[in-house]
Amino acid sequence: MANDHFVRFENVDKSYDGKQLVVKGLDLDIAEGEFVTMLGPSGSGKTTCLMMLAGFETPTNGQIYLDNKVISDIPPHKRGIGMVFQNYALFPHMTVYENLAFPLRVRKIPKDEADKKVDKALSMVSLQGFEARMPMQLSGGQQQRVAVARSLVFDPQLVLMDEPLGALDKNLRESMQYEIKHIHESIGVTVVYVTHDQTEALTMSNRIAVFNDGKVQQLSSPDELYERPVNSFVAEFIGENNTFAGEVSDVSGDKCKVKLNSGTEILANPIVIKAKGEKTTVSLRPERALIDPETKMDNNHKGKIEEVIYHGDHTRLRLDLLGNKQFILKVPNSSNRIDIQEGKEINIGWNSVDCRALDPK
Amino acid sequence: MSKEQILSSDGLPLEVSLKKAERKNKLKAVLLVAPLFLFILIIYVFPIGDMLFRSIDDRMITNMLPKTFKAMEKWDGSELPDEPVYQGLYEDLTFLKENKTYGKIIARLNYEKSGFSSLIKKTVRKINKFEEGNYKEQFIKVHKRWGQSDYLVALKNAAPKWTYAKYLKGMDRKFDQDRNIIQVDEDRRIHKILWLRTLNVAFWVTVFCFILAYPISHLLATLPMKYSNLLMICVLLPFWTSLLVRTSSWMVLLQQQGPINDLIVWIGLAADDNRPELMYNVIGTFVAMTQILLPFMVLPLYSVMKTISPSLMRAGKSLGGTPLVSFVKIYFPLTIPGIGAGCLLVFILAIGYYITPALVGGASGSLISNTIAYHMKSSLDWAFASALGTMLLVGVLTIYWIYNKLVGIDNIKLG
Repeated sequence: MANDHFVRFENVDKSYDGKQLVVKGLDLDIAEGEFVTMLGPSGSGKTTCLMMLAGFETPTNGQIYLDNKVISDIPPHKRGIGMVFQNYALFPHMTVYENLAFPLRVRKIPKDEADKKVDKALSMVSLQGFEARMPMQLSGGQQQRVAVARSLVFDPQLVLMDEPLGALDKNLRESMQYEIKHIHESIGVTVVYVTHDQTEALTMSNRIAVFNDGKVQQLSSPDELYERPVNSFVAEFIGENNTFAGEVSDVSGDKCKVKLNSGTEILANPIVIKAKGEKTTVSLRPERALIDPETKMDNNHKGKIEEVIYHGDHTRLRLDLLGNKQFILKVPNSSNRIDIQEGKEINIGWNSVDCRALDPK
Repeated sequence: MSKEQILSSDGLPLEVSLKKAERKNKLKAVLLVAPLFLFILIIYVFPIGDMLFRSIDDRMITNMLPKTFKAMEKWDGSELPDEPVYQGLYEDLTFLKENKTYGKIIARLNYEKSGFSSLIKKTVRKINKFEEGNYKEQFIKVHKRWGQSDYLVALKNAAPKWTYAKYLKGMDRKFDQDRNIIQVDEDRRIHKILWLRTLNVAFWVTVFCFILAYPISHLLATLPMKYSNLLMICVLLPFWTSLLVRTSSWMVLLQQQGPINDLIVWIGLAADDNRPELMYNVIGTFVAMTQILLPFMVLPLYSVMKTISPSLMRAGKSLGGTPLVSFVKIYFPLTIPGIGAGCLLVFILAIGYYITPALVGGASGSLISNTIAYHMKSSLDWAFASALGTMLLVGVLTIYWIYNKLVGIDNIKLG
């Protein structure tokens, strides 16, 4: 039953000034009931995509489909898409009840039915009893909940969220992330979520579309995105990343040899590498490199500890390794931790599978 | 648990040391405010107080005829008074003649009842020939009006030191002989027309300003900075131009052979030999005042609209409200503080506007302020001008009070 092309961007371009494309030839399919996050640095075109979907911007070229219908000619108020705005956009002169009843009133839903819907939506965000409050009397988190409830109260099939948690403090943001995720799971609405916060994207979404420079760089599930980035931008943008620049000296099957700029050769996983002589950036997650590995690993090299940074649950080490002075290593703070001191030389080992040879930066 | 006194570290009670610490700041604040306070006192409180005072002050006549009024205290006014009154009058008038100051009382008494002018003049001329005793007979011999009780009643009516007769005059009412308040004759009821016209003009100018300013302000608040700055200059440029220059330009534009009339004729709305009169009537007043007061409406509206986030209208639309519904239910209610401020400002300014109606208003477009100016400059009835000014002030305060009751003054936003 579920529609795999519930929302569909087809070759969509967007330009504001006729000189620069903010969105370039975007193709994107979102399935019904999915939670898709558009993630990217500011100016990458993600919010523009959301605004085009909501109807506040028109695509310069290409089509957007919602449930197999072209929506370019439908004005925003007829699209029936719920939206949560960056600064909540609660109507400051209306009570919480009136804010929630607004979409129902314009749809001419009878009052008793509307009351039930408002009550249901408020209970979803655990804000019963706040009906008579004005938005100004609520805390940031409560306002956010009201905004979420308002976007859901008229049972839209699609809800758009434009960096809704940006203004909240860290703890509140985390609890709201789970709350929104649970609401999504319980009512099965399709959500398109825009954020520049990767943790938020990783915790909440079914799939993440990483935007950069007006294009989707990679669209895949959170674990896939983290474990198997397809290019160096994604690898760099999601999570922490150690990189080595070099040139491919040999390719054979699922392994390749990369000659780094410092002269050393390492074994890597050729993701985008086709032939010998290509320039490449090798990417390695900090937690995939081990200190003094017990088992035999593909790469074993000596590094010097430059800096030790205590982080509570783990300690971060900055190493000078194979000419990279910014090599980061994470050491869990367990009881049998090894002796770490600045200036000490240690053995570092990692497997070629985790060491992905991507496009050069 | 008894309440313990909290001491600061040097052993003094906390309150005392707090006061000591803040004394210097308080002194500084008072010194900083003092010039402004004096300024307001001298140019604002004192003149208004003086105006209020002048409008009820009637001591001049009382001081000039002290003996007459003293003697009149016992007289009930039903018949002609007895000898002492005439004796007092004789003594007062003799004194006034010697000082050559009797001219002042003539105007004042003539206002009370016409006919006093010739009466006093004739009496003063012959007062030297009066013999001692039996003044009543001699007065009546000089002028028979001294034997008519209505003239003497009118004289008695001028006796109190304070009067609100000028306020009655401002409302087209007066005292009759028996101190009852009656309307003046129908052909003399000009002030009521003036008040109504003033309110009417102020009201419609406010409405026109609102209709014109709302879209402009909205544009100002929503356009990109580059264009909105230009538009803001267009709004403010007339504001920086002299009021007189702007009004005179309207005179050029609106005159019968002026460009606006040329345009009307060219379009064919009127014949060339039958050009409409756009000036020296209420139309001119409306047009010029609306243009001149427009920035006072635009600026408060703009400052309020600037604070309304564009995402609110978007939210309204995304929730299913048509643009019109979103505007009526969301945008408009949020601009009410600005509308209130702008309307109050324009109305209060319009109600006391002077130069523009004086120049382009003509007779049918002149307002109460022009009458005030007339009494200040031409008729020299300063007391009446003060009374009209006070009535205007009371009117404005009333509007302010009503507004406060209806909308609440806290809801006003000027910026």
